[in-house]
Amino acid sequence: MPTVSQTSRRGRVAHWIIIIIVLVIMLIYLIPIYWVVTTSFKPFKAVTAIPPKVLFRPEITSYVKLFTKRSIVRSEEELVEKRASAKWYERRVLQQGQTITGMSPFPNRLFNSFISAIVSTIAAVALGTFTAYGFSRFKVKGEGDLLFLILSTRMLPPVVVTIPLFLMYRFLGLTDTRFGLILLYTLMNVSFVTWVMKGFIDEIPKEYEEAAMVDGYTRFEAFRKIVLPQAVTGIAATSVFCFIFAWNEYAFALIMTTRRAQTAPPFIPSQFGVGVVDWGMIAAGASIFLIPVAVFTFLLRKHLLRGVTFGAIRK
Amino acid sequence: MSDTNVVLKKRGLSDLAIKRLFILPTLVLLISIFVVFPLFWSLGMSFMDYSAVRPQVKGVNPKWIGNQNYKDVLLDPHIWKYFSLTLRFVIMAVAGEFLIGFGVALLLNRDFKAKGLITTLILLPMMMSMAVVGFFWKLLYNPGWGIINYILGLGEFVWLANPKMTLISITITDIWMWSPFTMLLALAGLSAIPKHLYEAAEIDRASWWFKFRRITLPLVSPLLLIALIFRTMEAFKMFDIAYVMTGGGPGTTTELIAINLYRLAFAQWNTGKASAFGYIVLIMIIAISNIYIKYLNKVKEM
Repeated sequence: MPTVSQTSRRGRVAHWIIIIIVLVIMLIYLIPIYWVVTTSFKPFKAVTAIPPKVLFRPEITSYVKLFTKRSIVRSEEELVEKRASAKWYERRVLQQGQTITGMSPFPNRLFNSFISAIVSTIAAVALGTFTAYGFSRFKVKGEGDLLFLILSTRMLPPVVVTIPLFLMYRFLGLTDTRFGLILLYTLMNVSFVTWVMKGFIDEIPKEYEEAAMVDGYTRFEAFRKIVLPQAVTGIAATSVFCFIFAWNEYAFALIMTTRRAQTAPPFIPSQFGVGVVDWGMIAAGASIFLIPVAVFTFLLRKHLLRGVTFGAIRK
Repeated sequence: MSDTNVVLKKRGLSDLAIKRLFILPTLVLLISIFVVFPLFWSLGMSFMDYSAVRPQVKGVNPKWIGNQNYKDVLLDPHIWKYFSLTLRFVIMAVAGEFLIGFGVALLLNRDFKAKGLITTLILLPMMMSMAVVGFFWKLLYNPGWGIINYILGLGEFVWLANPKMTLISITITDIWMWSPFTMLLALAGLSAIPKHLYEAAEIDRASWWFKFRRITLPLVSPLLLIALIFRTMEAFKMFDIAYVMTGGGPGTTTELIAINLYRLAFAQWNTGKASAFGYIVLIMIIAISNIYIKYLNKVKEM
């Protein structure tokens, strides 16, 4: 139904002007992302070119560098000799007089990020969904206070909580272990899951389970066979949120991990300090890191509002 | 009815057992590891002269010093400077996010093609890692070849290494990242306003300003307020972006509270004093988050 203002001609012109403004605003929001992603495909010299290069021949040298350790080729003969037997990715860095000597820590850091995010998501969603069901279906003494306490754990600044936790982890030998990080991320996310899943489960009519229980289901069977299938969308959306939170997390990872269990967010900036800053390589790391977030944001778009308000506001 | 009850009790776990089984593990884990342990341990340490990297000697490290740490923190003029710095950051960032987010939401609040796609694209920054966003912008702010100076035609304007601009630079990055958050909430509020209110106002030939002030603003304000409180709390805790972009520098021009706390605890290893400082920050955060959650519950009931 067209609104009153849109039917008039002046209204139509105004409408189109606003659409154009909206598109410009969108471009402003996207320029930083576009710039970093294109920087990762730029040839080494084009990255720091003045004025900034908009047109260039894309190449993946920065990505090859990101995943490899390299040393400088010393002599002309060595260069010729290497070139003869080089694979396609080796040739990319040979152009800059470098030769690949091994793998960089980056794949390992990325793997740590994946493992920590996935395992902690599974644990948090499982624990939190049970808890949400408990709070949704049963009378719990002091329910409001308990839910408040659960959510308040998420509001604490990581640095404050980490001071004692760091000492405990050191005592237990959990610093720089994947398990330690997973435990932290699980706890960080379980409060979120409880709140959001309670919203989803509240929306499933109680009567379904009650009818099933009259038919001889136990409470747990009713939960598993009636409630869980109905809550699948909610569980999926919540899981994706948890994954992104853990994937993006920086402060805990910075303090609790140093090498073996370090994730990508603290690793990428730590490359700033090593010799000449290779911006193309850092941009490549950031771009790879961005892929899951971009994909998931699109999958989640219908649930974003619910996620950022801890399930309080449903559309 | 009583027959089914008997049957239910015989088969499987009772409701009470299920309730405990479902709720207790989360509560116990969360509260013991994330609340009770850290808070009590911190409280104890905040009254000690203690450094976590020096060897433990009873009576020397840790050593009971009463409320000396709290005195040190509260009487330290530097820390008050960091507080006022943080306050300036919070006010600038939250005001910017509020105005831009609400403004963009007002523009987006109409029907057009690809609205969903455009909205999602604008929301992308909010979903990214704050640390990654930090070095994104380090690249953009580069004085020599950064895209920002190029687009704005500022020549070799220095952003991050310039004591006058560095806090503003971080604020701009924060606004870029989080104004979509305000926009998302404002958009939800705007789209929930019944259209007939505007139509009625239209018949009365009400001005745009009148409609905005009397219909739009009162009806979106609950959601805007939630966005405002949440962003205030998060901006107060700001660590990731600032730490990656400037590490507190140049000098102490971006030494926000969270960064200073991190430095005190994990670079200077003054664990006792850091615990006391942490406690002071914690009380402030709890106060703000209290308001936030209370308000969230209120909106939920609407």
